[in-house]
Amino acid sequence: MRRMKPTLLENRGVPLERQKFTWRDLVQKPISKLDDDAYTRVRIILMNGIELEANRFSHSCARMNKALQAPLAQVRRIEQHQATMINWLIGPDHSPLETTIAYEQVAIDITAAVAMNEPDSYLAQVYRFGLLEDFDHMYRYSALLDRLEGKDANNILQSYTDILPGRPTIDEHRAPVDDLRKPYDRTSAAPLSKLHALTIMSAEQQTHNFYMNIGPMYSDPVARQLYAEIASIEEQHTTQYESIIDPEESWLEKWVLHELTEVYNYHGCMEQESNPRIKAIWERFLDYELGHLHMALELFKKHEKRDPEEILPESLPEPIPHASQREFVRETLAGEVDLRANGAEIVPKSKEGKESISYRKQMNSEGSPSETVAAGYKWAPGSELKLKVA
Amino acid sequence: MNQSGMQTAPDGGQAMLENTELTKPRRGDESDLAKVRLEYAKDADPVGTIPEPMQSGMAAVLMDKLGERLAFERSGTRLYDALLVKCAADPSKAISSKEIKHIRDEEAMHFALVGAAIQSLGGDPTAQTPSADVAGVEGMGLMQVLNDPKTTVAQALHAILVAEMTDNAAWEELIELTSQAGNDDLVARFTKARDSELEHLAKVQAWYKAAAMKG
Repeated sequence: MRRMKPTLLENRGVPLERQKFTWRDLVQKPISKLDDDAYTRVRIILMNGIELEANRFSHSCARMNKALQAPLAQVRRIEQHQATMINWLIGPDHSPLETTIAYEQVAIDITAAVAMNEPDSYLAQVYRFGLLEDFDHMYRYSALLDRLEGKDANNILQSYTDILPGRPTIDEHRAPVDDLRKPYDRTSAAPLSKLHALTIMSAEQQTHNFYMNIGPMYSDPVARQLYAEIASIEEQHTTQYESIIDPEESWLEKWVLHELTEVYNYHGCMEQESNPRIKAIWERFLDYELGHLHMALELFKKHEKRDPEEILPESLPEPIPHASQREFVRETLAGEVDLRANGAEIVPKSKEGKESISYRKQMNSEGSPSETVAAGYKWAPGSELKLKVA
Repeated sequence: MNQSGMQTAPDGGQAMLENTELTKPRRGDESDLAKVRLEYAKDADPVGTIPEPMQSGMAAVLMDKLGERLAFERSGTRLYDALLVKCAADPSKAISSKEIKHIRDEEAMHFALVGAAIQSLGGDPTAQTPSADVAGVEGMGLMQVLNDPKTTVAQALHAILVAEMTDNAAWEELIELTSQAGNDDLVARFTKARDSELEHLAKVQAWYKAAAMKG
């Protein structure tokens, strides 16, 4: 394992004044939906999510900290353009629903990888809990893609990720109090736990935003209902994953951790990228993020009079693997699909709180979009149609 | 009341006309957009490659177009699923659901037929070819029209008409390609499919005409 601290402290990356863009630079050639590896698309979606969370955090921080407004605005402008360049790499031949399939692939394979490598057993359980819910979303959206657009979700998934029912979406609706989990302790949590939490929270909040924006773009009422239902779960997931982050971290500590999460994930993308053109973007932005990290660290020292070593990891954690986690997901599915939440605890179905049961009953009382869309649906190569006519 | 036109807002409409006087644009015209688009077009990568096993020349063209037909027939089946709902919601147009269902099932059969043809030529019917992908983009507007609860039967049939006219032309093209490849078996199968597509087109045209007249 490489030592992270010397690298982080010694490699100052590219200084902000040399982080420049043009409009032409921001709008590069998109990837090929057909030819690029599915994990190139996964990385694009993941890093867009990381950047958008950085933007969201930066705005909140600026609203609460006058002294940080100028440096936050400077970094935020760069990150706005990083997010743009990355998100614009998704080709326009992806329908919003096909992109949705890719978002769920991120949610499944990245969350599974995080759950497998998470050192804290409670947090690992929380990730496995969320994982099985996103897994079910994949099944529901795949049914919609086949039945509405007449397309096969596996053209996007490239056989890396299963299309099977998970914890039924109809059962995922919970009372808000049952979405809140226990946070890690900032003073004792492993650095990897902090990086995992910010990474998954970023991915989920981006997914929530995406569904809120594209849901109304579909004319089909079933599609509009399904996006409404799953967007509500993504809101729950964002609530869950932000609640595992220690709220006692100071604003500047959180800023440093955001920059560190960006460094960590760009590094992971750079190490695993198969498309050389996209790899060069990850490498460029890794250098940019090192510049942002050092700027945040200087402010951390100046304003908090604290030593960066207090919050920086001792060594560079291995990157989150970007790969199929089929076996882990299947094992988790077999063992944990019937778990539910009661307050901060993950419990057997019989121990679920009354409030969630009552909330769910109300929401589903006029029908369940996720049940309707997948009624009798079984994924088959090409389409379910093939099964019936071949 | 439809408020999209300027005549519904006489004051605002008059004020809007002042915009043409108030705007002093920089020099240039639409050709500036074309210039940027041309730069991107020259630099663009293709949508994708023909799936393995890689074939060149006419064999590759045939495989690409077979993939396109497979995708189109599959999506077409779903368009007819939507048309069934549309017509059930407005029985006054008196379009036979049995006849729509018949066409729908034939589209599904054509999907299976093309899949089998791809396999017989050593291709992968589950792969998306570049033309299949592009056909998917083309079809998005049709899907949106067919599934919108607000559209009328006539509007939905107009969208289906777009699909059927394209479909007929595409089957003709496939017959020509398979004929050039000397594959008489496929020519015979595809000719039969084209004949049923001609029937679909005639029916849809008649339905559309009748529905459009009724308003």
